[in-house]
Amino acid sequence: MTSPSHETLTLFAQSWGLFYLIVLSLGVLVYTFWPKNRARFDRAKNSIMNDENGPWA
Amino acid sequence: MVSTMTANERQAALVISILAAIVGLAMAAAGRHDPLGVHGAMVLLTGLMCAFWVIRDYYKPEPPATRLAAYYDEPIKAGILLALLWAAIGMFFGDWVAWLLAYPEMTFDAAWSSFGRMRPIHTTGVIFGFGGNALIATSFHVMQRTSRARLADQFTPWFVLVGYNLFCAMAVSGYLMGVTQSKEYAEPEWYADIWLVVVWIAYFALYLRTLARRREPHIYVANWYYLAFILVVAMLHIVNNLALPVSWAGAKSYSLFSGVQDAMVQWWYGHNAVAFFLTAGFLGMLYYYLPKRAGRPIYSYRMSIVGFWGITFFYVWVGSHHLHYTALPQWVQTLGMTFSVMLLIPSWIAAANALLTLNGAWHKVRDDATLRFMMVAAVFYGLSTFEGSFLAIRPVNSLSHYTDWTVAHVHAGTLGWNSMIIFGAIYYLVPQLWKRAHMYSPALVEFHFWSAIAGTFIYVFAMWNSGITQGLMWRAYNPNGTLAYSFLDTVIAMHPYYIARAFGGLLFLIGTLAGIYNVWRTIQAAPARTPQSDQPILAVAQQAGS
Repeated sequence: MTSPSHETLTLFAQSWGLFYLIVLSLGVLVYTFWPKNRARFDRAKNSIMNDENGPWA
Repeated sequence: MVSTMTANERQAALVISILAAIVGLAMAAAGRHDPLGVHGAMVLLTGLMCAFWVIRDYYKPEPPATRLAAYYDEPIKAGILLALLWAAIGMFFGDWVAWLLAYPEMTFDAAWSSFGRMRPIHTTGVIFGFGGNALIATSFHVMQRTSRARLADQFTPWFVLVGYNLFCAMAVSGYLMGVTQSKEYAEPEWYADIWLVVVWIAYFALYLRTLARRREPHIYVANWYYLAFILVVAMLHIVNNLALPVSWAGAKSYSLFSGVQDAMVQWWYGHNAVAFFLTAGFLGMLYYYLPKRAGRPIYSYRMSIVGFWGITFFYVWVGSHHLHYTALPQWVQTLGMTFSVMLLIPSWIAAANALLTLNGAWHKVRDDATLRFMMVAAVFYGLSTFEGSFLAIRPVNSLSHYTDWTVAHVHAGTLGWNSMIIFGAIYYLVPQLWKRAHMYSPALVEFHFWSAIAGTFIYVFAMWNSGITQGLMWRAYNPNGTLAYSFLDTVIAMHPYYIARAFGGLLFLIGTLAGIYNVWRTIQAAPARTPQSDQPILAVAQQAGS
């Protein structure tokens, strides 16, 4: 079995690497700014302010 | 510690302690006079000591079921004390090697006290001993509070703490005997590395099991950072430490990688140790303790999410900026440089988010040294990430690399950012966990703050001056086209800065010792009336009703 050449691997890394990072960042932005998620995020950031009452049994 | 475990957990603890003792005995027998033998004896002793602890309290009554209505704070307390112990050790050795650089005759002609052996004691002591224990302790606290769930069991947290500290102790004692893989920040040899993998998997599983018990619908962002820290450090540690031992009876091993691949893997590991050990986990701390202490929720939750994914996915590519102008292919260097510059955006998102949270509460920052520790940490985080992106640019790196500028950069990060946020978290946690109204001496907290700030500034400015002087002298040519300075000229030029740096480090160490004394006296003090916010929910409801 011959191993793939350096050029093949770098071509793959330089094209697909770019592609998946762009897709990933779009996905993160969509998740972050999706209007329905706003309530969850607001709840999460405020709920830590009062968490010393012990675990909810 | 054992009295809080159930009967089954005591059994498991006993079995694992005895197993550890047997493994230690085998290592000691196989290793004999090799350092592996000494480490075998250490493992044997640790196993026996743990077994003794368990046996002593084995037949004590089991903890009542009411324990499930409270958070499990004992391992957090132990983790904080261990972190402080390692801070004293690591910073003491740090300052020792700082004086050693100014006065090289201070090795006293002994092998163990040479710079090459003591410097990793400093780095391992502060990064893994102090930072690691602080990360583990605060993560146990944050995962329980933000999930509103008790730790998944009473045994695994102790296994993680004892196991992790055994790893640190093997690492540090190994350096004194000359044991090293010669990989920076990954010096411990193969058997210690394998042990850390076991401990780390238990830690990761404990985190997930506790999150699985959570009552909050959404996992608070601080947990994401802690999880990234645990997961990526596991990945880095395993790949970078792939090695073949020379024999099962000796400490020495050889890396599976060689040449420039070895260098690339090492700095992929090295920079991501900074990224995920010293940044992601610490951002988890920042995102929990700063809003709590300021009494204000984080400025923007959305910014924290965007910042999180930016940091995790940019950081893994930047390691090659440690290898500019080497045999590493040019495009890989450029890749590292580009991602390093882009990294400034998510880094500053986090720093800005912290400072904007404080906007409107500056009077609290003025009055409360604990919150001031956290504020200064966020400022230094912003400063050192800016400097890091800048130093990663290839032409800038040609001036800064191999000089003290790098040392200035690292210490702006570790003293100004990592240590400050840990001390802020500790001063927040200690009165709360030990149920005291406040620290033993608020004045001593102020003293610690100012001596840490003064120490950091003296240290960083001395090394900036020294590093840039050094870099410029190395590249200065005379009219004949030959080098203007000999190497010795640069060493002489650096001498006064080295004294200043050692003095700055001393101030920082004194502040830390004052902090340890303060924590100790706080623990010794009589318990105060339970603070309102610390009562079980039932008691609060009764009070409100009466």
